Amino acid sequence: MTVQTSAKFCAALVGAVSIIATTASAEWLDVEKDELTLGFIKLTDMAPLAVAYELGYFEDEGLYVTLEPQANWKVLLDRVIDGELDGAHMLAGQPLGATIGFGTQADIITAFSMDLNGNGITVSNEVWEQMKPGIPKMADGRPVHPIGAEYLKPVVDSYRDQGKPFKMGMVFPVSTHNYELRYWLAAGGINPGYYGKTDITGQFQADALLSVTPPPQMPATLEAGTIYGYCVGEPWNQQAVFKGIGVPVITDYEIWKDNPEKVFGVSREWAEENPNTHLALVKALIRAAIWLDENDNANREEAVEILARSEYVGADAEVIANSMTGTFEYEKGDKRDIPDFNVFFRYNATYPYYSDAIWYLTQMRRWGQIAESKPDSWYMDTAKKVYRPDVYLEAARMLVDEGKADEADFPWDTDGFKPPQKEFIDDITFNGRKPNEYLAQFPIGLKEGEIVSDDGRVVSE
Amino acid sequence: MRKVMNIFSIIGIGFILNPFIRMTMGESPKQNFAALWRDLGIPLLAILGFLAAWSAGASQVETSLGKIPGPVAVWEQFEALVDDHKATREKAAAFYDRQDARNQRFIDEGFPERVKERAFTGKPTYFDQIWTSLRTVFFGFLIATIVAVPIGIFCGLSKSVNAAMNPLIQVFKPVSPLAWLPIVTMVVSAVYLTPSEAFPKAFLISAITVTLCSLWPTLINTAHGVSSIDKDLMNVSQVLQLRAFDKITKLVIPSSLPLIFTGLRLSLGVGWMVLIAAEMLAQNPGLGKFVWDEFQNGSSTSLARIMVAVLTIGVIGFLLDRVMYTLQAMFTFSDKR
Repeated sequence: MTVQTSAKFCAALVGAVSIIATTASAEWLDVEKDELTLGFIKLTDMAPLAVAYELGYFEDEGLYVTLEPQANWKVLLDRVIDGELDGAHMLAGQPLGATIGFGTQADIITAFSMDLNGNGITVSNEVWEQMKPGIPKMADGRPVHPIGAEYLKPVVDSYRDQGKPFKMGMVFPVSTHNYELRYWLAAGGINPGYYGKTDITGQFQADALLSVTPPPQMPATLEAGTIYGYCVGEPWNQQAVFKGIGVPVITDYEIWKDNPEKVFGVSREWAEENPNTHLALVKALIRAAIWLDENDNANREEAVEILARSEYVGADAEVIANSMTGTFEYEKGDKRDIPDFNVFFRYNATYPYYSDAIWYLTQMRRWGQIAESKPDSWYMDTAKKVYRPDVYLEAARMLVDEGKADEADFPWDTDGFKPPQKEFIDDITFNGRKPNEYLAQFPIGLKEGEIVSDDGRVVSE
Repeated sequence: MRKVMNIFSIIGIGFILNPFIRMTMGESPKQNFAALWRDLGIPLLAILGFLAAWSAGASQVETSLGKIPGPVAVWEQFEALVDDHKATREKAAAFYDRQDARNQRFIDEGFPERVKERAFTGKPTYFDQIWTSLRTVFFGFLIATIVAVPIGIFCGLSKSVNAAMNPLIQVFKPVSPLAWLPIVTMVVSAVYLTPSEAFPKAFLISAITVTLCSLWPTLINTAHGVSSIDKDLMNVSQVLQLRAFDKITKLVIPSSLPLIFTGLRLSLGVGWMVLIAAEMLAQNPGLGKFVWDEFQNGSSTSLARIMVAVLTIGVIGFLLDRVMYTLQAMFTFSDKR
């Protein structure tokens, strides 16, 4: 082990020296590929990409980037795998899911975490009317937040009694939104269903049936009555408020405070062929993230203007501004301050923590996407395969040396694990070093030694 | 003067200009004004009527993106798209300036090998998208023509070839472009491994989908045109003992040209319709992609922009048909001339 790591260290050192040697005369990295196409989905958390382009950070690194919106997460992932895209804005679960072979199998890695928080759960007006009477009110009559799924449970039960399945939308099987929605529902006693070999839609034993809808189509699908609620990133929750078709009940910040959200993913093969290009990209993205959070979000108004352009998110600026500038509107007129709704750089938001990766893996296991139970060491190894803090820190070091970033802003000495996190809606503590112990705490969900049988029951292995 | 009027007729502006020319030549004004009223006045009135009905009807429908935009809102968005085009061109100019400065610096610092010219990396504007769509449809249409006309001629000449081809034509003709698209996408991705700059993968996929759908009208009309050539003419060719090649180029093609062109006109129309759908579904660059992106944006101006695109698609489709009609009139000796 020590021999291996020191060998790795030497390799890194040699790499670093050669980079310095080739770039001593010009201040740009000697990039292997300078014309890149990066994919994104029309969501506000693609902001670091748009900002890095518009503010010329990519060009500063000698990169000529074309940003291309993609139809949905599946298309985006497939195009990164087959090389049409050099890299993309991805769901944190996508590189992990692809690497362990859930869905399309491919080695995807990430060295840059794009943001914290930024999602919400919205229900239709009809469901909200049925939930509202049960929810405790503040002195001024507005509902007390956060609203747990226990207030949704009676509605789900009444739908079931009428023989109507309670359907909700999320954006992708390995999306943050799927896990957040499941987490919230399960914390309120609603079973969101298990994945199994014979049910890849994840609806075994489900009280609420979840299905995939691309983010931009969420409001339209809700309006059409195909689903009764959804979990999605911004601006599609605020869009529902503006259109008057639904009410956001909770943000992911309240489900898990400062949860990691999107990552910037590239294929492992691409990263191995283009190490300097990868570094240069991460440098540009770190600068963009710094700009987005600088001076207490001072640049957010400008960021909103950029995102509202039709080639990026394209929604109306006032809709995007709602969440990007630190507030969130639940019911129409009920606007509350959530300064950390979108975090791009503070709290080491961009550092790819192993513990973040492990949380996603535990949720994949909890709902049966990982069919058999795995030892704690497997979680660790998988996280290390996909998350690449070494590339991140190398890029950060260069920025500090160039005077473009502040030394104090980066977690130089972390071992990749955040201290145990307690701020979940169900008060269960997450310790990334002990995934199986963590899983054992959930009332709903697979535990060590359990599998989902072909007829959908949870049985011992 | 007659000749001039013929030319005007062929390029499709005869109905406006010819009555005036006739009047200068001393024909009765009354008759010519009547023609002018019928060919120009009534259509214009109909368009105005349509705009009024649209304007009145649109404000009645409330969608989740606001009211359906009326003609004024659509015109404003058209202007916005023009402004957007200009702004992007300015950005492109700034991009090239920065690139030149960088290249100059490479030269100054002694790295001439690093100098590189790249194309602007910004988004395609509305007018770029129109241009992409036009290029794609013509490329697909060209392939379709190259494939369909020869096969059509053989089908028309030989009853056996016709019998062999007929079931295939009948089965594949009604297939929707949306069904072809996944197959074309997979095959092109598998076969076309090193895309060149001039023919990106997405371009080829759209173009081939257009080909597959616009093949049939040309094929069928060519076959029909060839098989209905005057028997006497065919007999003459046998008497003269023309070689097969001469027979086809000197006799078959000229006499079946009117129907071939009818087929080509239909094909181009179908191709244009198919292309928009293909671009929308496959996210390939072009007008279809523009429509889809705006639909996804869901901003308050999106519907108006989509309507700009709808009208553009219609007008371009009409112009394409006009161009084909003009070509047909120029190349054939039909009754219309």
